[in-house]
Amino acid sequence: MFQRVTFLPLAIVFAVSVLFAIYLWQIGPGGKDISTLPSAMIDKPVPEFDLAPIEGRKLGLKSGDLKSGLSLVNVWASWCPPCRVEHPFLMALAEKGVTIYGINYRDKPADALRFLRNLGDPYKRIGADTTGRVSIDWGIYGYPETFLVDQTGRIRYRHVGPISSEVIETVFNPLMDKISKK
Amino acid sequence: MTPEIGHYAVALALVFSIAQGAIPLWGAYKNNPLLMNFAVPTARFQFIFVLLAFVCLIISFVESDFSVALVAQNSHTLKPLIYKISGVWGNHEGSMLLWILILALFGLLVGEFGNNLPPSLRARVLSIQGLIGAGFIAFLLFTSNPFLRLDPSPLQGSGLNPLLQDPGLAFHPPFLYLGYVGFSMAFSFAIAALIEGRVDPAWARWVRPWTLVAWTSLTIGIALGSWWAYYELGWGGWWFWDPVENASFLPWLLGTALLHSALVLEKRDTLKSWTILLSILAFGASLLGTFLVRSGVLTSVHTFATDPERGVFLLLLFLIVLGGGLLLYAIRAQSLKVGGLFAPISREGALILNNLFLATSFAVVLLGTLYPLLLDAFDASKVSVGAPFFNATFVPLMVPLLIACPIGAKMAWKRGDLSGALSRLKAAFAASLVVIIFSMLLDENRSLLAAGSLGIAAWLMIGTTLDFLEKIGLPKRSAGEVFRRFVNLPRSAWGAATAHFALGVMVAGITVSSVWQVERIQIMRPGDKVEIGGYTVLFEGAGQVDGPNYTALQGSFSVFKGTDKLTVLLPEKRSYPAENSSTTEAAIHTNFYSDLYIVLGDADQKGGWATRIYFNPLVPWIWVGAILMAAGGALSLTDRRLRVGAPRRAVHPENSAIPEEH
Amino acid sequence: MKTVIFLLFFLATPAMAIQPDEILEDKVLEERARVISKELRCLVCQNQSIDDSDAPLARDLRVLVRERLQAGESDEKVIKFVVDRYGDFVLLRPPVKASTLTLWVSPIAVLIVGVILLLARFRKQAKNMPVKVQPLSSEETKKLEAVLKKDTR
Repeated sequence: MFQRVTFLPLAIVFAVSVLFAIYLWQIGPGGKDISTLPSAMIDKPVPEFDLAPIEGRKLGLKSGDLKSGLSLVNVWASWCPPCRVEHPFLMALAEKGVTIYGINYRDKPADALRFLRNLGDPYKRIGADTTGRVSIDWGIYGYPETFLVDQTGRIRYRHVGPISSEVIETVFNPLMDKISKK
Repeated sequence: MTPEIGHYAVALALVFSIAQGAIPLWGAYKNNPLLMNFAVPTARFQFIFVLLAFVCLIISFVESDFSVALVAQNSHTLKPLIYKISGVWGNHEGSMLLWILILALFGLLVGEFGNNLPPSLRARVLSIQGLIGAGFIAFLLFTSNPFLRLDPSPLQGSGLNPLLQDPGLAFHPPFLYLGYVGFSMAFSFAIAALIEGRVDPAWARWVRPWTLVAWTSLTIGIALGSWWAYYELGWGGWWFWDPVENASFLPWLLGTALLHSALVLEKRDTLKSWTILLSILAFGASLLGTFLVRSGVLTSVHTFATDPERGVFLLLLFLIVLGGGLLLYAIRAQSLKVGGLFAPISREGALILNNLFLATSFAVVLLGTLYPLLLDAFDASKVSVGAPFFNATFVPLMVPLLIACPIGAKMAWKRGDLSGALSRLKAAFAASLVVIIFSMLLDENRSLLAAGSLGIAAWLMIGTTLDFLEKIGLPKRSAGEVFRRFVNLPRSAWGAATAHFALGVMVAGITVSSVWQVERIQIMRPGDKVEIGGYTVLFEGAGQVDGPNYTALQGSFSVFKGTDKLTVLLPEKRSYPAENSSTTEAAIHTNFYSDLYIVLGDADQKGGWATRIYFNPLVPWIWVGAILMAAGGALSLTDRRLRVGAPRRAVHPENSAIPEEH
Repeated sequence: MKTVIFLLFFLATPAMAIQPDEILEDKVLEERARVISKELRCLVCQNQSIDDSDAPLARDLRVLVRERLQAGESDEKVIKFVVDRYGDFVLLRPPVKASTLTLWVSPIAVLIVGVILLLARFRKQAKNMPVKVQPLSSEETKKLEAVLKKDTR
């Protein structure tokens, strides 16, 4: 019995190395980003909320608005640089006919409006989350975040960080197609 | 030119390390003295060239030679000289070169001071060391070259991170590396012994100094890092069970087990297989730490920015070195002759208990650190394993260990008298009970955990002291006898007593500072006072102050004890425009058994400032204890038995008498 | 990766965590809030609890915890509220589930394995011990005493 025991440390080290190799391969170029968190809200209905519009705009956002069709919900703020970076992609999506709703996170109304004036307004409706509480209900931790919500009001996907054409092509479009077909 | 010289030096070092790795090993196999004698000169040359490369890198940093990419990324002309130098190892490539330097240094030292080693053993030890060096130099040269150039070279560097410009942080890596890399020596000795097929007390005696150096350095390195976190990060925490902290703690746990196990091997010629295994695993833990920190599999404040290519290379090094060593162990361990026998209740038994709990702690901390990675790799789920988990599992495992410590020291080798040992510790037991009772009475929360921990601290400190007194004959023997014993007591006895006492000091510091910490958070206006921990803290006001490369908001707090003004504390919030970052500098007043710790917050636009004032009782004992432990290790190193006239192997080892008490 | 850089902005500014305006009047509730906060991970930091962290999100969560405690919810419900939105990752103490059972059982398991190995070793050693020594017969005892008496004169 003692003979076999002395091979145990080697076996463990080998197993651990295999684990590391697998992990390295997973996080390698083009692989998964280990710093992003999976959303706890996937396949759950959107949280109940009712947000007033940004001061100076007319249309706010509430959970009921999200049950009428496939849409994207984008959480953004004027003070968030990556939000600036992704904005043109949102504009492009809106022009293609995608319904985009916004949650404006802890922003001064004047700053938010200026942002939209300068960079364009792809949002059908925007809810002003001045306290940040609604964003917590959505499980937000990094800005910007974009959610794909289906016509029954269920969250189907969350993207953390600015969206890019790659994300749109490889994730959003296929998923939106899949959901629309059902 | 300097970077080129450095680059060539690394290449030459690689050549010598390969030579050092191959030739003496072959010579030992063939029993050819000429080839075996290649060991020392090749080790010397490897060291010389690595040192040359390191000096070239230092020169490049000191001269702010921004044509070297590493210098451009990690340095800045405005940095003070000392931080330009410490910047050399404040990055992946430079620290890897430091790693290699220390590896080569240990090889050199064994070459120079290992004349008492049998030639074949020394040849093999240096060869293994050389092979490891070759692996790491190749890693440096092919994936992490510090001497890569930038063309055109920038006019200014971008490395001015204020957090790194701090003495504690700047100098904790060298100590850490002396520790990590130092365990390579025990590893090389173990492999050499396995190849030779002989593990005996002489071997343990030869290995002990190298293990002590590594362990002592690692203790200091970890303590420095912890102390830095305490005074720099601004909320008084000093250990976070961060994956990279754990990566430094894992070799320490095994190193401690190794020190104790090697002791048993030396005194009783037993536990051979286990000691060899520990020697291999301690360095393995160092290699694991290196991999975790530099491969990108963990995200942490401490990790270097790296890429998976380096990760693959490091994983291969890990697998080859550790796997190779363990394979040799698996095959050869049985052939080690069985040594001394002993009863379970004996000093050997106590040391085995020590090893059992240290090894279990090691396994638990390892699993906790790797678990998120494990689950993520199999897409199971993302979990966090943080401080609450480690505190819940590690602390209970330490309790039996700490209780056994003074008892084990009192037991005889081979067959111990447990009741005798316990009865000689009666006073220590009584003292701990008193401490527990007092603690329960004085503590508002009546925490049994706190009281128990303090009782253990008292048990350790008084038990160790009692043991020491007994060794020198107090109170039974005559004054002359006591004096004689005092003078003749081996340094390693001093060392062990100091280290075990220090352990008690640390436990006391940790317990009291966690349980009885007082925290006051409030808005203060100039003229406001806070009473805390027997001090009166008066807020004088806050204003702007300029430093060499920062502007700061500085608060002024006068500290009184009664009516005596003790000091003025000046906490700051610094803003570094060049780096676009800021730091908080807490202000600490210490009297070495408690700290008054003040942090300045934001102004509230109404003339008041948010302030956070802590009274941390006994928190200095944590680091005093750690340094004392390291001092114990250093004391043991000066034991003359480890230097002059190191033992020759006995002709008839089975006849050798059991050596003296310690 | 670039988003991480934005999130990491918060790392470089350690300062004070809990602000004076967050502290509740009710000391019991405040203490509960502190204890709960120490168990919740700050998601935009590296390995810090929301109690220790400066990040705005940490502050929002601290305030949230206090609000819910003031509304009368139990500790478990407050924690569940946060976990429902952020997943198990937000817990610094991994929940005991099938997937984490190995982790939680490991201390005891490793100890038991260690003890078993030790027992096996001692048993093997006992087998290798020389034959049990027979006690001396009365004749041998007398002889021994005679020899000893001679020596001690």
